Amino acid sequence: MHAPPPVVLAAEGLRKSFGARAALKGVSLEVTAGERVACIGPNGAGKTTLLTILAGIQAPDAGTVRADGRVGWVPQAPAVYDKLTAAENLRLFAELEHVDDVRASVERMLDQTGLSERAGDQVGELSGGNRQRLNVAIGLLSSPPVLLLDEPSAALDPRQRERLWEYLGRLSDDGTTVVFATHTVSEAERYAGRVLVLADGEALFWGPPHELQQRVRADGDLESAFVAFLREQGH
Amino acid sequence: MRSLLVKDLRILWRSPLLLALLVLYPLVVALLIGLTLSRESDKPRVALVNEVPRGQSLDVGTGPLRLGISGDQVRDHIEPVQVSTREEAERLVRDGDVVGALIIPEDTFRQIESRVEQPQLEVIVSEEDPVKARLVDDAIAAAVSEANRQVARALTQANVRYLDLLLNGGNVTVFGERFNVLGLRRIGESVEAARRRLPRGSRERRDLDRVVRFTRIAQANFGLSSQVLTALSEPIRVDKQVVSGARVPLTTFAAAVAVAVSLMFVTVLLASGALALEREQNTFDRLVRGPVSRTTLLAEKGLFALAGALPVTLLMLLVVATFATVEWDRFHLWLLAIAMAATAFAAMGTLIGALAREVQAASLLAFTLLLPVAFLALVPSGAVGPLVHDITEVVSFVFPFDATVDAMRAALYSSGSLGGPLLHLAALAVAYGLASRLAIRRFG
Repeated sequence: MHAPPPVVLAAEGLRKSFGARAALKGVSLEVTAGERVACIGPNGAGKTTLLTILAGIQAPDAGTVRADGRVGWVPQAPAVYDKLTAAENLRLFAELEHVDDVRASVERMLDQTGLSERAGDQVGELSGGNRQRLNVAIGLLSSPPVLLLDEPSAALDPRQRERLWEYLGRLSDDGTTVVFATHTVSEAERYAGRVLVLADGEALFWGPPHELQQRVRADGDLESAFVAFLREQGH
Repeated sequence: MRSLLVKDLRILWRSPLLLALLVLYPLVVALLIGLTLSRESDKPRVALVNEVPRGQSLDVGTGPLRLGISGDQVRDHIEPVQVSTREEAERLVRDGDVVGALIIPEDTFRQIESRVEQPQLEVIVSEEDPVKARLVDDAIAAAVSEANRQVARALTQANVRYLDLLLNGGNVTVFGERFNVLGLRRIGESVEAARRRLPRGSRERRDLDRVVRFTRIAQANFGLSSQVLTALSEPIRVDKQVVSGARVPLTTFAAAVAVAVSLMFVTVLLASGALALEREQNTFDRLVRGPVSRTTLLAEKGLFALAGALPVTLLMLLVVATFATVEWDRFHLWLLAIAMAATAFAAMGTLIGALAREVQAASLLAFTLLLPVAFLALVPSGAVGPLVHDITEVVSFVFPFDATVDAMRAALYSSGSLGGPLLHLAALAVAYGLASRLAIRRFG
């Protein structure tokens, strides 16, 4: 009998308000090693707020976050310097994060993201897809056991999107836990082992995608089940 | 911090337009200031047409008078450009080579000597520029006032000499013939002697008593006349006392202002732009969630602005120094003043950067804030109403511009204390630093 995989990221009762608006209303979750988790929900559901709290960018008003090791963070818009080359961006963040072997880490990430040939190009000259790959690569520089991605495929065309998910799939297969927020429910259906459905700051569902479909007894895809579920929950 | 600093310098190096502007702007300002200073005069250039025939001198009874308006003393107020004709003077004014022209008509001396006619000088000025016209008015009025005082003093001396003759007697030459004037004092003595010889109570003695009383009163009053006439020739004298600030040559002030303006723009734009860039490129969150704290990031932006502004400002000063006389042994004080001013401006720049989300917005905010600050700080006290004066005082205290000008003046030419402005700048750097730190709490 196999031991259950260890929990690498756990949140308990997270609350966050911006003025009078409650962005998160007591959200809890536990993510295990190597898992792929999708956070889905309508606009303003609190997906980005949840991920930024899990990433340590902002503090919750209440609740706790516990992470086993470093947490990598990939924001929705590429957080890279246009006037630096791809290699210089990687080197800068590797130095700032005190990565052991900066040169080796930079070369490894360029190789893994397929950017070796464009390493000397300024980021401002790269395509949106390549910028996003670099964005992900910077989040992975310190080899974190958990990677958080906020709508990673939002600005990509279908071909770039496919390549990104292939890459993230390999990471997950190698043991990295991947938690991502997305608007595209089909991506959650294809690439996530579990989904967290958020609406108006509340966690409405937490489990495998097929369970969500079973909950609403939907015959179609996850997107139909998701819409029906939200309607059922009054959203 | 070193990695971030290298990154910012690399980005600056790869922004040729920005780099060119940041270096060229202060250099162009320095060259303009330098060329202005190289004229070695802080007085307005005025064309002078002296139509009084060569060799003719002015004499109001005290010997030949060297009148300031046509001589070297006029240099106290203007830089005279001697020209021979009124047409040439008009051309120089029109071309902007001189701010105005002063014409001394040929019969000026004769009219002064007549003591009944008043000579009239002519002033040519272009009214296209009201500031220039005002400058000419002030400079020429000061020069003419000086000449009037000279003539009045000479006329007074001549009159005092005549009064002395009336009082004490003496020899006088009129139309080449020498006369002896008895004088009131000796007349009084003669009349007194004659009076004593007359019988008491006689009508003649009573008449002479009246003459004796008159001569005594006249002597007493004429005795005071010298002081009275001197007072009339210069009724009000000026005794200037400096209660605040030190006398600073205009050239020093111009150099200090030029340095302050360039330092302000370069430092504030670099600091605000570098911080705003972190938000524009979405890298702020990525940086501060890692090993870079918000305070470290602010300090790095300040250091980056300092690293950019120091060499540019020093280069600018060196250019100015090639045109103006500077005290090179005070170079360490220049560095101190520039470094402290740059620190205060950098802290102010980080606050502007913390308020803006993009580089363009930060630059726009910086320009719209700094231009009126520089303008208000240069408004002379007393030239505006009490409310505006109070506002300029507050602006001068709250923004580092005025303190920078004071520090640069003190550092460049030992005019005034350097300690006060440096402390002021240090306090502003701390205050702006704290405000920036508070402002970036809302980032992310």
